[in-house]
Amino acid sequence: MKTESRLEKILAAGHLAVTGECGPPRGCKPEEVIAKSKFLEGIVDAVNVTDNQTAMVRMSSLAASILIKQQGLNPLFQVTCRDRNRLAMQADIIGAYSFGIDTMLCLSGDHTKFGDHAMAMNVHDIDSIQMIQMVKDMRDKGLFQGGAEIKGAPKMFIGAAANPFADPFELRVMRLAKKIAAGADFIQTQCIFNVDKFEKWMEGVREMGLHKKCYILAGVTPCKSLGAAKYMAKRVPGMDVPQEIVDRMASVPKEKQSEEGVTICVETIERLKKIEGVAGIHIMAIEWEEKVEEICERAGLLPRPQV
Amino acid sequence: MENFEPVIVAFCCHYCAYTAADIAGSQRLPYPPNVKIVQVPCSGKVDAQHIVTAFEKGADGVYVAGCLEGDCHFKKGNERAARRINFVKKYLEEVGLESERLEMVNVSAGMGHRFAQVATEITQKIRTLGPSPIRTALAQ
Amino acid sequence: MITAERKPLEELIEYVKPFKRILLLGCNECVTVCAAGGRKEVGLLASGLQMAMLKNGINIEIRQHTLERQCDPEYIEELVPMIDSADAVMSMACGCGVQQIAMRFKDKPVFPAVNTTFMGASERQGVWAERCQGCGNCLLGITGGICPIARCAKQLMNGPCGGSTGGNCEISDDVDCAWQLIWDRLKALGLEKMYLENIPAKDWRTGGGSGPRKIIREDLAE
Repeated sequence: MKTESRLEKILAAGHLAVTGECGPPRGCKPEEVIAKSKFLEGIVDAVNVTDNQTAMVRMSSLAASILIKQQGLNPLFQVTCRDRNRLAMQADIIGAYSFGIDTMLCLSGDHTKFGDHAMAMNVHDIDSIQMIQMVKDMRDKGLFQGGAEIKGAPKMFIGAAANPFADPFELRVMRLAKKIAAGADFIQTQCIFNVDKFEKWMEGVREMGLHKKCYILAGVTPCKSLGAAKYMAKRVPGMDVPQEIVDRMASVPKEKQSEEGVTICVETIERLKKIEGVAGIHIMAIEWEEKVEEICERAGLLPRPQV
Repeated sequence: MENFEPVIVAFCCHYCAYTAADIAGSQRLPYPPNVKIVQVPCSGKVDAQHIVTAFEKGADGVYVAGCLEGDCHFKKGNERAARRINFVKKYLEEVGLESERLEMVNVSAGMGHRFAQVATEITQKIRTLGPSPIRTALAQ
Repeated sequence: MITAERKPLEELIEYVKPFKRILLLGCNECVTVCAAGGRKEVGLLASGLQMAMLKNGINIEIRQHTLERQCDPEYIEELVPMIDSADAVMSMACGCGVQQIAMRFKDKPVFPAVNTTFMGASERQGVWAERCQGCGNCLLGITGGICPIARCAKQLMNGPCGGSTGGNCEISDDVDCAWQLIWDRLKALGLEKMYLENIPAKDWRTGGGSGPRKIIREDLAE
């Protein structure tokens, strides 16, 4: 065991881990963070806290993570490369650990073009793989990226993202290998609708033995409506939503669409559970956190194991 | 301006437009004397500066006449001319002149009638637009 | 070359309005190549400015002159006999040239006529694209000759990110994914294994991270 992280404990014990997500509010509304986290209490092993997601300014992932930690849940603190240089990142990581936050995700971050501050600089002092390396050295060597000793090293359980659906496909397994070589302990994938393609990716992952070196959590998202399905299919870069899913959502009347979306999600989880190398499920029910309990219940993921 | 007579400069390519002008002349097809023809080897040879200088000197209107699309004697000269004219039109608007004062025209060598017609139409258009503000300013 | 684009005419009119005699300077190098500030563009701008001012009843004198380069003091010396007969200077050179002029003629207002944009190359006639950001520690030797700093929107050194789609960057279909290009080149060169090597965090000091940069050649500088 590298850390005290509950997520690590669950994964190391061989259980299928479940993580959820909480997007912080676009304002000083701590009560919203607390309300969302209440839906996930006892349902998931860790709660991802996004970092200025889609390049829109929100309460910082550090602040929201602290609020969630104070509620007794386990925040999974996300950090992007877009908004901070390495000094700020390391400072935030030390700060987070000082609040008992011991699990984090290292990401590149969506380009500012997509958000509400297209005029801002995209920092990218380091990239996500260099960040993983940096956090690993902070933890295992007790050294800052610049080389000096850290007084009180942060023992972070280090995560990264993987997107089996982005191009070029042939590189996607190798990129995972790079992240693992840099020090990623676990990864969460982009949400999966095209299970066939994901299975293909997992074949490549298993071929390289990567599933043994790193815990892979498969991402899912329930579609709230036909509109949501279409939006994800057409407008979100790196997402693969097969036509059958869109058609299936279209085939039910409007009032039944959210139910169908949840059903598709549960069915996807059932398929993913059976894939060798999948160590957990990451449920991204964006602005729909209240559905996570039902999804977990129906997919046989409850109760969560005690470790 | 009292009794405004537009001054229009027509850059005509040797192979088509100028020949059409010649035919109009030899067939005694009338077109307004307002149109001053400048022969060029190809409409693509007309530089943005040539057009802008014409306006700078007080021309009320300018047009560049080249071969029909696809028929340029020098292959793509008339295509380049068309792009260049669009570029100058935008510049004219920035300067404060109406971009309608500049036009690209395509005729073939045998189209004497068409040449005369175009010359007449453009002269009328410019007459309606009025004198170029530069011409007015220069006169003061 | 360094690329630039002419500023909107209304901005330039505001600059020259208070003056009677302008010296309009072109540059025969980079801005000539990207058709922004060479001899031709000087001519067009002089005509346009003159007409625009004349329309408003103002007669302004514009003297046109194009230097071989504006980034070398020797060429700027050529302007000495002309400078007194000008109230202000407008330079169509890149920012480097404009500043050199301003430094040399301290008591003359100097205005930029173009917006300097990037260091790039011609893709084809009339199209110039960014290629280099002057990071000061060129890694083109390990990325198949394609720069991830200048051509990747997130300057990833271990790309691509999850937004790469069909060879395009997530920000636009008009922008290539630099890492797709790098991967294609590595494949063509039989260097796929190189992709697995993680490129460590960059030291940005050579790239402007330690302030404005200077090169001093001991053998050349007196």
